[in-house]
Amino acid sequence: MVNENLVKDVVKEPYKYGFITDIETEKIDKGLNEDIIKLISQKKEEPKFLLDFRLKAFKKWQKMKEPDWAALGYKKIDYQDIIYYSAPKQKEKISSLDEVDPKLLETFDKLGIPLTEQKKLTNVAVDAVFDSVSIATTFREELAEHGVIFCSISEAVKNHGDLIEKYLGTVVPASDNYFAALNSAVFSDGSFVYIPKGVTCPMDLSSYFRINSGDSGQFERTLIIAEESSSVSYLEGCTAPMFDTNTLHAAVVELIALDDASIKYSTVQNWYAGDEEGVGGIFNFVTKRGKCLGKRSKISWSQVETGSAITWKYPSCLLLGEESVGEFYSVALTNNLQQADTGTKMIHIGPKTKSTIVSKGISAGNSKNSYRGLVKMGTKATGSRNYSQCDSMLIGDQASANTFPYIKSQQPNSEIEHEASTCRISEDQLFYLQSRGIEFEEAVSMMVSGFCRDVFNQLPMEFAAEADKLLALKLEGSVG
Amino acid sequence: MQSKMKESDPILEVENLSASTDNLTILKGVSLTVYPGEIHAIMGRNGCGKSTLSKIIAGHPSYTITNGEIKFLGENINSLEPEERSQSGIFLGFQYPIEIPGVSNLEFLRVSTNARRKFLNKEELDTFDFEELVKEKLEIVKMDQAFLSRSVNQGFSGGEKKRNEILQMALLEPKIAILDETDSGLDIDALRIVASGIKKISNAQTGIILITHYQRLLDEIKPNYVHVMSDGQIIKTGESDLALELEKKGYEWTDNFIKET
Repeated sequence: MVNENLVKDVVKEPYKYGFITDIETEKIDKGLNEDIIKLISQKKEEPKFLLDFRLKAFKKWQKMKEPDWAALGYKKIDYQDIIYYSAPKQKEKISSLDEVDPKLLETFDKLGIPLTEQKKLTNVAVDAVFDSVSIATTFREELAEHGVIFCSISEAVKNHGDLIEKYLGTVVPASDNYFAALNSAVFSDGSFVYIPKGVTCPMDLSSYFRINSGDSGQFERTLIIAEESSSVSYLEGCTAPMFDTNTLHAAVVELIALDDASIKYSTVQNWYAGDEEGVGGIFNFVTKRGKCLGKRSKISWSQVETGSAITWKYPSCLLLGEESVGEFYSVALTNNLQQADTGTKMIHIGPKTKSTIVSKGISAGNSKNSYRGLVKMGTKATGSRNYSQCDSMLIGDQASANTFPYIKSQQPNSEIEHEASTCRISEDQLFYLQSRGIEFEEAVSMMVSGFCRDVFNQLPMEFAAEADKLLALKLEGSVG
Repeated sequence: MQSKMKESDPILEVENLSASTDNLTILKGVSLTVYPGEIHAIMGRNGCGKSTLSKIIAGHPSYTITNGEIKFLGENINSLEPEERSQSGIFLGFQYPIEIPGVSNLEFLRVSTNARRKFLNKEELDTFDFEELVKEKLEIVKMDQAFLSRSVNQGFSGGEKKRNEILQMALLEPKIAILDETDSGLDIDALRIVASGIKKISNAQTGIILITHYQRLLDEIKPNYVHVMSDGQIIKTGESDLALELEKKGYEWTDNFIKET
């Protein structure tokens, strides 16, 4: 079909964040062993409890096997061929943004995340992470007035060690899985958020992760704690330069919501995906989990996954508190030779808990896109409900889509509902839109946006527009 | 085919058009000329090539033109993309309007209208101004505003889909509209609404091609010419009374015709 080829052209995306910042970095030697872990901990001047946490995790990791159950195929990762700590060289102590290397500020400027006082985004506080370290966090004073702590996790270890010691690893234990264990052993930086009791965070919080160096992995760690009756909306963005090697990204995100607290966590992931032949790109192995500890607490994940050569990611909710609510809204777009195995786990433990899953997978090119999800109703989850909807859209005839929904119910007095559909952008739909004067590219992008609408509606306003633009960009091609 | 002297230039000229899809020849030398203000009806059995002719004029990518040409306002448009044809003023009303899930009808209509306006060097309309315009046009087809917030054609009844087509025609103000069985699946009331809509939109500068099986649409909109198609050819052309005769005698009556030259 004529249009099949056109569609293929249209989905060839230009990657606009592929530049490299030329900056002097401090890197440690390649490889992973106890000494490396001790060195990372020492560089970060960490307390003993954290070094112990790392070493214990490393021991566990050594005994674990890399998982192979996902519908993914990739060359074996050589964990000794990775640099586990890489930081741009800066002055010892930075007291203000003026002292940050202008090259770094420029980098974030270029990414659309201005950090300086004059230019910074007005309604979002940003923590900017470059390779292994956090560069700057904006609006700290304003947030502090409300008692909100928003800083890099390294800083939190120094200044709020009690909270870190109390909560770190309580949602995703080091032994949870291979990549979580690896992260627990070598994590370098990431964001920390603490919302005190009764506080509605006055602005959205955001972390921007930038991988710059080609041979080092990024292992960030994020911890968000929402005390009783508090609420926060957190956004996360990610990009990386174009390298012809694969870079490992293995993050862990832990969320904790106490009674009546709510956390909304949104991600727009646009790591470099590799080229058309599948050379290069980020290997994205991420463990994200939220614990609804309190009664009526709520954790909502929304994600737009467009980048990475490999995505292995299942943002999940442990619904412990009575009447707690978990949500997962996901758009995953794969193109060329990208592979994504993503979904969620909703573990209903407490009574009257509720979860919603809406997943939209779009596969173009020769890509492979799988939804993998688990809904579990525990013995005490009486009166609990889940609704899942998993839709796949295929563009072209070489892409594939899979759905693997797992359901385990130990509670007869609970409800699980699952709907799934697969569609293909049809030539008739395209012709209909074109015959109304709408350009081919815009027609494809309109249909993709329409397909994703249920999820985009869940994103924070400024993110929704960005996500829409990003998908359009990914679908924009050399045609016309 | 037209014997009268014409004062103005034709809008559409289909000249000896042959076309195929999947190596199957569907059109075998169709010629048809439409002047401003004219209404043409094309009738014929299912599978005679009526719908194919309309799709080819609109630029459907599944068909290959093997011979002949299509001229719009004097220019050959054989190689134009469907969107370029629409922007320049060719409108195809679909026999089966397509559902586009998740895309709001309002936004679809706006993008479409703006594409045409851009071509005409008219100012593109923002959501607010467009809503004003569309409300006005809704009157023509007696549609409720609720249609605008729904997904394009999704869950619309057959009649609602057809009225949505006429709404698009009203917004796009085409030079020529080809309406492919716009009357099928409509009850009497809906047929009247659609027919009066078409009459309101068309004027002395526009041309209309009605593809239909039934006299009842032609009772509402009287054609200047009636063409009978069979096996990829126009085998007979007459004035509006030809349709009446056809209704009386059935297509069997036309089976004995040979192509008029």
